[in-house]
Amino acid sequence: MSSAPTVVAGAPVVNRRRRRWSRDRAYPTWFYLPAALLFVVLFAVPTFASFYFSLTRWTLFNTEFIGLDNFVMFFQEPNLVKGFTNTFIYGFLTSASKVVIGLLLGLLLTGRVVGRGFLRAVIFFPVLVSTIGVGLTFKVLMDPFHGLINGSLAVLGITGPGWLTDPKYALLSVAAVDVWKGLGIATLIYIAGIVSIPQEYFEAARVDGASWWQNFWHITLPLVRPATTTVILLSLIGGLRSFDLIWAMTNGGPGFTSDVIASVIYKQYQAGFYGLSTAGNVVLFVVVALIIIPLNYFFLRREVDR
Amino acid sequence: MKRRFVCAALPTVALAAGLGMAGCSVGEVTGGSDGGGSKGQVTIRLLVPVSGEGQTGVEEEMIAAFTKIHPNVKINLETQPGGTDGDNLTKTKLATGEMPEVFLYNTGSLLQALNPEQNLVDLSSEDWAGKITDSFKATVTTTKGGVYGAPIGTTSAGGVLYNKKVYADLGLKVPTTWDEYRANNEKIKAAGKTAIIQTFGSDWTAQLFVLADFGNVMAQDPDWAAQYTLNKRKYAEQPGLQGWLNQEQTAKDGFYNKDAASAVYDDGLKMLASGDGVTWPMLSSAVAGIAQNYPDAVNDIGMFPLPAQKAENTRMTMWMSNAFYIPKTATGDKLEAAKQFVAFANSEQGCQIQNEKSTATGPYSISTCQLPADAAPVLKDIQTWQDDGKAIPACEFLSPVKGPGMPNITVEVGRGIKTGMQGAQLYDQDVKKQAQQLGLPGW
Repeated sequence: MSSAPTVVAGAPVVNRRRRRWSRDRAYPTWFYLPAALLFVVLFAVPTFASFYFSLTRWTLFNTEFIGLDNFVMFFQEPNLVKGFTNTFIYGFLTSASKVVIGLLLGLLLTGRVVGRGFLRAVIFFPVLVSTIGVGLTFKVLMDPFHGLINGSLAVLGITGPGWLTDPKYALLSVAAVDVWKGLGIATLIYIAGIVSIPQEYFEAARVDGASWWQNFWHITLPLVRPATTTVILLSLIGGLRSFDLIWAMTNGGPGFTSDVIASVIYKQYQAGFYGLSTAGNVVLFVVVALIIIPLNYFFLRREVDR
Repeated sequence: MKRRFVCAALPTVALAAGLGMAGCSVGEVTGGSDGGGSKGQVTIRLLVPVSGEGQTGVEEEMIAAFTKIHPNVKINLETQPGGTDGDNLTKTKLATGEMPEVFLYNTGSLLQALNPEQNLVDLSSEDWAGKITDSFKATVTTTKGGVYGAPIGTTSAGGVLYNKKVYADLGLKVPTTWDEYRANNEKIKAAGKTAIIQTFGSDWTAQLFVLADFGNVMAQDPDWAAQYTLNKRKYAEQPGLQGWLNQEQTAKDGFYNKDAASAVYDDGLKMLASGDGVTWPMLSSAVAGIAQNYPDAVNDIGMFPLPAQKAENTRMTMWMSNAFYIPKTATGDKLEAAKQFVAFANSEQGCQIQNEKSTATGPYSISTCQLPADAAPVLKDIQTWQDDGKAIPACEFLSPVKGPGMPNITVEVGRGIKTGMQGAQLYDQDVKKQAQQLGLPGW
């Protein structure tokens, strides 16, 4: 609500506008200050500090400026290519699984099904459990000789593979556990999205005699797009940065075959190469940003176009 | 309006209370270990890395005996995992100033990575410091001198532990060349037993094929370690390459136990003690674990060095004792108490406890400690090689260069994911980071 500046001899125009402006706002800007302070101190400052430390050889006590040598060494890391590939496989696989399975479960749990509340709780419960606890439990379950999974398969006459010890399956097994654990959140978001679709669309479709599949493809799927966007972005960011589950289950092993960028960085931190691991973190930050920002823009644009 | 205000206020109060409680609990965790107080009571902490259950017998007995003599000192025993996870914890605790007043750690190159001049107390003025062996002194000192650690435990050997009973049953002789070792393993495999135990679940154990071959490397090239520190020797070339190639070959030959990929250190002890697994490239300190968990099997275990290709190059590779260190963050009464405890560990009584509670697998590193009369038989095997002058310290005690990725790389070679040559080349690249971090010239 702006007013045209009135001309009063000598009196500054801005005073009147500012007073009206501050009256229109519910809270003054000062309310942002505590949150802004926390953000700057705990996030912005360390991020920019890490950009500096990534250019040094750092022993936590003294730093020696070495320019881009850390980055050169990081990209020369022989297992880095494997780490990048693994990160992308892990991130996109878990994200895609959570989107598809989350949507299916969301449809199931918003329909007429017995014990709907109980089922929703069961699906969501893994999200609440500690990731390390889940990782260690599944590590025991997946033991090729003494684990419950291979034991059950043996009863059926199938020799189970080494889920976490076979280089071919290690990363995929961890991805499966990650999907199991993270499905609750995806389902939750989808349930919220599906429930918010106005019923008129379905009534109109029923009048027109639409089948279940047509309902799903032409009404549910397009109108649940905001939820899909959210699930894709959140699960992709989480998947690309994932560390604790992989570390608890395989330590990046066997050897280096289930290493992702985050565990490569952690190993270098573990060995005391603080500057090098900070450089790795900067690389991870840039890679995730390069994937997510265009994706976010793409989704946002499509939503606005609707 | 009023209801909305209450609704807004409630989560705010909850948040503030939560933050307050979080602050309290963090404070409790870090502040709980402060001793001091009435009647000169001092509380210090002792940190011991372990890789399994029941490995702190010596330290517990020492604490009990020490507190009898010094009732005003209370010592809390803390443990942490060993291996690379433990290295990480040790370095972090030192960097953040949270290290307990006395901690146990390796000597040699691993000590150099802790930056002793900056982080540890120099103990060269202590009484016991004049009584340590020269070879031990070299592993706890820096280029600027000083003695930073007090020995705990004996030296030990790295080679092949073997079950003497099974060898006798199968009529096998101790091999002195690699081909003989391979032939023995074929016979063991034909008899339906595991020829070589491997425990990749504890990844540090996979390193022994390369580390225990070091004595053989030095026999062929006595200048190897010094040149390696100057970046003039590589594992990807002979004689350093042989250990890697040998490991690759044993994997291809199928000599390992079926569950090698997931077995852990404790499983290895069990297999060796029972005779299901007949040989195990390992440190002789494993015999202490067997003495604790399978005491009836101790007399069945012997050791021979990892054979070289030629018998005249076969040497026993020796690991120096671990040490007790005191961080610079220990001051005042706590520093005094820590120094007293460390001195006690190396006194006559302390040595007696070491003899009783752990298994001697080599000579002690300090003249005040004598070997017991009833040492395990494996000690005689090791002693023979030492007496013949054919025992050489391991690489990490002759050179500060040791890469952090060796456990993972050797696991990959043992699992057949990489060849021996690839593993050696990878490791040569890996050590570059450590050498540069230490600021060594020539890298």
